[in-house]
Amino acid sequence: MLQFQPWKITFVALVCALGVLYAAPNVVERDLTQDLPSSWLPGKKINLGLDLQGGSHLLLEVDVDVVIAERLESIVDQARRNLREERIGYRGLGVSGDTVRFTVREAEDLEKARDAVRRIDPQTETVTDVGNVVRISLTEVAIRDLKSRAISQSIEIVRRRIDETGVREPTIQRQGDDRILLQLPGVDDPERIKALLGQTAKLTFRMVDSTASVQDALQGRVPPGSQLLEAADERSGAPRHYVVKRRVMVSGENLVDAQPSFQDGQPVVSFRFDSVGGRRFGQATSENVGRPFAIVLDGKVISAPVIQTAILGGAGIISGSFTVQEVQDLSLLLRAGALPAPLQVLEERTVGPGLGADSIAAGKVASVIGLLLVVGFMIVAYGFFGLLANIALFFNVALIVAVLSSLQATLTLPGIAGIVLTIGMAVDANVLIFERVREEVRNGRTPMAAVEAGYQRAFRTIVDSNLTTLFAAAFLYFVGSGPVKGFAVTLGIGIMTSMFTAIMVTRLLVVLWLRRSRPSELPI
Amino acid sequence: MFKPLRIVPHGTNFPFVANRVKAFVFSAILMLASIGLLFVNGLNFGIDFRGGILMEVQTEGPADIPALRSQLGGLDLGDVAIQEFGGEREVLIRIQRQDGTEQEQLVAVEAVKAALGDKVDYRRTEFVGPTVGAELIEAGMLAMLGALGAILIYIWFRFEWQFGVCALIALSHDVLSTFGLFALNGHEFNLPTVAAILTIAGYSINDTVVVFDRVRENFRKYKKMSLAELFNLSINETLSRTTMTSFTTLLALLAIYFFGGAVLADFALAMIWGIVIGTYSSIFVAVPLLLYLQPRRGDEEDEDLGAPGTVSQGADGQKD
Repeated sequence: MLQFQPWKITFVALVCALGVLYAAPNVVERDLTQDLPSSWLPGKKINLGLDLQGGSHLLLEVDVDVVIAERLESIVDQARRNLREERIGYRGLGVSGDTVRFTVREAEDLEKARDAVRRIDPQTETVTDVGNVVRISLTEVAIRDLKSRAISQSIEIVRRRIDETGVREPTIQRQGDDRILLQLPGVDDPERIKALLGQTAKLTFRMVDSTASVQDALQGRVPPGSQLLEAADERSGAPRHYVVKRRVMVSGENLVDAQPSFQDGQPVVSFRFDSVGGRRFGQATSENVGRPFAIVLDGKVISAPVIQTAILGGAGIISGSFTVQEVQDLSLLLRAGALPAPLQVLEERTVGPGLGADSIAAGKVASVIGLLLVVGFMIVAYGFFGLLANIALFFNVALIVAVLSSLQATLTLPGIAGIVLTIGMAVDANVLIFERVREEVRNGRTPMAAVEAGYQRAFRTIVDSNLTTLFAAAFLYFVGSGPVKGFAVTLGIGIMTSMFTAIMVTRLLVVLWLRRSRPSELPI
Repeated sequence: MFKPLRIVPHGTNFPFVANRVKAFVFSAILMLASIGLLFVNGLNFGIDFRGGILMEVQTEGPADIPALRSQLGGLDLGDVAIQEFGGEREVLIRIQRQDGTEQEQLVAVEAVKAALGDKVDYRRTEFVGPTVGAELIEAGMLAMLGALGAILIYIWFRFEWQFGVCALIALSHDVLSTFGLFALNGHEFNLPTVAAILTIAGYSINDTVVVFDRVRENFRKYKKMSLAELFNLSINETLSRTTMTSFTTLLALLAIYFFGGAVLADFALAMIWGIVIGTYSSIFVAVPLLLYLQPRRGDEEDEDLGAPGTVSQGADGQKD
């Protein structure tokens, strides 16, 4: 009955020892651990959540619909060209909802028209409809691909931009279908980062449409294949609007470098194209000497210089009325590349380092006071047995810290509350057992039998009652976010460790004590 | 060796079941009051659910709240709430969700920062856009219902359905009255509050299950005892444990409430209330309610628990 097989004793002792060992790095000073061979002591500390160490958590959404809209626009452009080449009369060509549609003037051209547009994009489905209507839509697969590519590209670009700003150890995770979670430790003023991420930084070089007048365009008469764009800055005397060809000569994707520099005392961005971009730019400029071209960033014209000579070196300068800071940011954005779609900040939680430190300090105080109160109370209530329960409680806290460290789980402020709560509830299993033992003693059992029966009977109740709390913790974990998840983690781990320590550790201690002293009555 | 303290002396036999009507009346009043408060005051949903902006700033000297109020009131940001938070230098600023998209919220944050300038230390800035807020409400509701459902099904499997129903009633009683408390004191109802309520749910059930366990055991032990008497005995037998555990948990929670900082205080308060009401409901609500449902007294499980006076086999299968 008082048998506790040697392997069990070893197992319990081993778990406790490992617990203390893995928890140690969190309490031992760093300089101490450096003197020890690192293999001797596990070096992992608990990860502190951003609410404890300070930093910024941003949830971003990628506007994937923009990507789809762009793809449809390019189909429209290509369809216009193909239909003209085939000399098919059409009207009403444009995007409606998520399809491209147009009406063929002559019924006999319908099939021909369908063939003309079918080869534009392998990922489209083309159907003809009553009234000589042709509809082109993207396939499900194409849409899924577009979206998922847009997200992974966005994550890559976000990472590059953040790296350029010099934030240390950012976490960038994909979340759900169209979201990106950014965690930036130590950033307590994310305004600049938000500003950087708020720009898609799509740069294109296009010709200005000199045949069209801005006045006509403002009244809605824009030649097909061109569009009306605003100027980025509002210098007096400079035009406010431009009519620019939709066709892109060269885009920012062909840039290999962009650096802030000065020209005539003005801050400018100097850039270099890769070989493809350089060749295209050279060709376009040599064909259009004397005509203006537009440098367009995110749909606004930065400047529209007239081409003096062919630019063949593959390098150039973007001038505008920039400040030094703007020039630095613009070069950073151009170096990192354009986002495939605009990003929205859906949620921000930023904690300054001061509050984080205060929270940790308060959490420590609360934990220690809570622990002392519970420990004191257990001794008052159960005497010697309470002392044994307290030893188990010590191992319990050590185990929680050890598991958190080795899983590299993140400790959040509610997580600290979870630990303190666990300390309060951890003794519950012991209370259940001790109350049972007391009852058995009153029923006239010998000390040994009473202890054995007490443990036996309490066991089921402990499992029953703890499992329900574990359910609650599991649900919190799966649907909660951030801090709440942290609370669920500590609560769940705490329940499991407290079950282990109550059932195994105290029992071992009690049994060892019984074997040694063989008391005639229990001090309980 | 000194005599250990007993909160509940052995042999306590308080007539809980006989006094159940009083308890039911009290609970009914509590429920009605909670529902009334929810309708009249409503819950003060925080930014997690409503969307909006929350900033905690620390001023150099004691904060001049009226000055801050007039300063930020002139920014045309709609409803701006300003309160002292934890200390006289800490101020909590809450701004309602701006109309329009996420972009407008960011503009509002920048406007506040521009107005306050560098004189203050920004300890915390939180902003939740309308999209996320709606999702968080959904996730919070899901978590509550899911956890309650799982707990109910578990009890149903472990006990009879009657126990499950009573546990659920007691649980709803605890959760509803916690809502009532938040409607009464107007404290912010946020994600951590939902976490606190779920924890209360877990704890309350935990408490109830322990008493139920004893009821089930006594069903087998005392075949001839009347239900009312048996329930009362079960409650009294487990009373010592119920109060002990609640007491240690309360000790820990009080430590969080008083020393854990302003951010955790609300969280701890919800749980303190939950522990108190949860303990009450396991004793006065869950078990007495069983009387009206008349659970079967058969041996649901053919497990040998061992009658008193006989020594059952140890877990290790060895006797000395």
